Amino acid sequence: MDLTYTPEEEEFRARLRTWLAGVLPELPPKPSPRDWPARRAYDLGWQRMLYDAGYAGLHWPVDAGGRGATPTQHLIYLEETEKAGAPYVGANFVGLLHAGPTIASEGSAGQRARWLPPVLRGEEVWCQGFSEPDAGSDLAALRTRAWRDGDDYVVSGSKIWTSHAEVADWCELLVRTDPAARKHRGITWLAMPMDAPGITVRPLRTLAGSTEFAEVFLDEVRVPVANRVGAENDGWRVTMVTLSYERGTAFVGEVVACRRVLSEVAREARKNGRWDDAVLRRRLGRLNAEFRALWRLTQWNVSEAQSAGGVPGAGGSVFKLRYSHARQELYDAAAEVLGPESLDLGREWTLDRLSSLSYTIAAGTSQIQRNIVAERILGLPRGR
Amino acid sequence: MDFRLTDDQRALKQGVRDLFEGRFGREALRAAVDRADGRRGADAPERADGKATAGGREGADGRRGEGARVLDRELWRELGAAGFFALRLPEAEGGVGQGLPEAVLAFEEAGRVLLPGPLIATHLAAGFVAGAAAGEVVVTSADGPLVEWLEEADVVRGDVTGAEPLVPVDPLTPLHRLPATDGRPPGGGAFRAARTPDGLLTSLFTAAEQLGSAARTCESAVQHARTREQFGRPIGAFQAVQHLCAGMLARVEVARAAVYAASVTADPVDIAAARLLADEAAVRGARDCLQVHGGIGFTWESDVHLHLKRAWTRTHRAGGATRSEEESADDLVAGTA
Repeated sequence: MDLTYTPEEEEFRARLRTWLAGVLPELPPKPSPRDWPARRAYDLGWQRMLYDAGYAGLHWPVDAGGRGATPTQHLIYLEETEKAGAPYVGANFVGLLHAGPTIASEGSAGQRARWLPPVLRGEEVWCQGFSEPDAGSDLAALRTRAWRDGDDYVVSGSKIWTSHAEVADWCELLVRTDPAARKHRGITWLAMPMDAPGITVRPLRTLAGSTEFAEVFLDEVRVPVANRVGAENDGWRVTMVTLSYERGTAFVGEVVACRRVLSEVAREARKNGRWDDAVLRRRLGRLNAEFRALWRLTQWNVSEAQSAGGVPGAGGSVFKLRYSHARQELYDAAAEVLGPESLDLGREWTLDRLSSLSYTIAAGTSQIQRNIVAERILGLPRGR
Repeated sequence: MDFRLTDDQRALKQGVRDLFEGRFGREALRAAVDRADGRRGADAPERADGKATAGGREGADGRRGEGARVLDRELWRELGAAGFFALRLPEAEGGVGQGLPEAVLAFEEAGRVLLPGPLIATHLAAGFVAGAAAGEVVVTSADGPLVEWLEEADVVRGDVTGAEPLVPVDPLTPLHRLPATDGRPPGGGAFRAARTPDGLLTSLFTAAEQLGSAARTCESAVQHARTREQFGRPIGAFQAVQHLCAGMLARVEVARAAVYAASVTADPVDIAAARLLADEAAVRGARDCLQVHGGIGFTWESDVHLHLKRAWTRTHRAGGATRSEEESADDLVAGTA
């Protein structure tokens, strides 16, 4: 059990810190969360800065244009960027954390050359066309159809909860290519250009009032067969590659962010006198313990991933389950500290409190995570 | 950074597990419970007079006949011979020369099998109290409102003046309560004073024992859910049961990361976090395990209640949850979070 970092890792941390301290004051002001074109430009601009400094695709393999950093270096990167208040991955999330790693792992040489560099250089944005109105947690129930017509697939159906769809260049799309096959078979992974004819994007307003996601309607959209990643009808396996990344290291920066917010909540409580309430104070103390423990679990999972060659393990489900609830408790506690002020939508924590409600639903609901833990980790019999 | 256990640590953990399971397996546990239960039945009417001796008691005065004793002296000496108490003593002083992480792994295994006795106090006394390291002398200490194993200990560290026995909920942890000092219950009230090094270690090793117990009850629940059939299939195929078990594992794994990290850093805030998470994992884990076992879990024959009662008992050691929560809250405004 070793929690110290090697001299090389400490040097990496110091270099990154110096660079962040130099560039962050130069950044333009953050755009409004409702202005998607401005957010796209801002997030791509930040990605370009990372690229020029050699930090783009840090954890991607070298032959995919990445830096081949170890999981520990990636952990340090996420910790330091969050601590320094650097921009969130934002509109580049799907490209850098989902579609990119999937193409790097499963794509052909030509596909890697076409799609990976623009993600790293901050030139193209990806969105995720997985969920459907009748296939959210039960992803394999998806019905969007694709059939072959010459060198194209013709795609019809609809997708939902598609983040960044309004401003995306590409969509990692799951389609059903064999309706007769059992539901996990017969699915194919396609890269769909978002400017193809037949695509209609309709923004969805969330309970927070913003348009985080969109519905995407597909009416006989033609996608070249060359855009298929992996074999036809092998999309489920390809998808699992993607999801394991989502559940592995995707939340590292957010734990650091929650720890920072919790300190701010405590400082606010000291300022407005709520700190004298022992019940509230102890609740914040317990949250501090929870987020410290989640940080340690992150370090544990990263150590496990490092020994397994960088592939995140099933421990990600345990982490996601606890983290998503802890995040909601954090903003509930923040509201308690703010008192009536917590009803002001102009307060950052009020918006964050509303956003946190999605955490137990997105990327596999808490109930699905518990099924995964019970059946795949604990080996309980399969339920129905 | 490689947070995983080293090969040596894994081997040590397995060795300690083999020792405990061989020497204090289920039959030994139930025999000890029966011994304690029989003694309680015989003693209960006279217990109210509470004639515990005052602090610094040393030697065998006031002992009852061996037959009435619950603490297995032979086992204690075997633990001593195996190096459990001297685990962290330098080799030059006749110890095993291991560190805090190794000790935490050993206490985790002790918690797993519900090893009885003032293990932590004796471990902390090794090197200071003659005979403690070898398991020849049983040491307990007063570090809060309660003292464990007062009547069976040879040496008591701390002031136990006025200690009165209570009928302990855990049959294998005899308890005395201490009188309140300056109007406050001991261990309650203000927390500004930093813990002593022994207080910190007691809290950390307690967390390790809770972790072991939580892992054991999780395994027990899963094993039962896999085999017990209702409505024509194993109850573990029902989502309601699956989700109880998944929650148990999630608590164990978060507690494990916290406890192991605290053993590496020995940081007081890490220890407070470890304690809070491990107490929760052990208490809620035992309750959920009981729930999964259904009616069987409510019987004396099932071991679940022994885990729950011991877990409850441990939560009162070295300052309860309140103190850990306050320490953790202090850390938030100290700006080191």
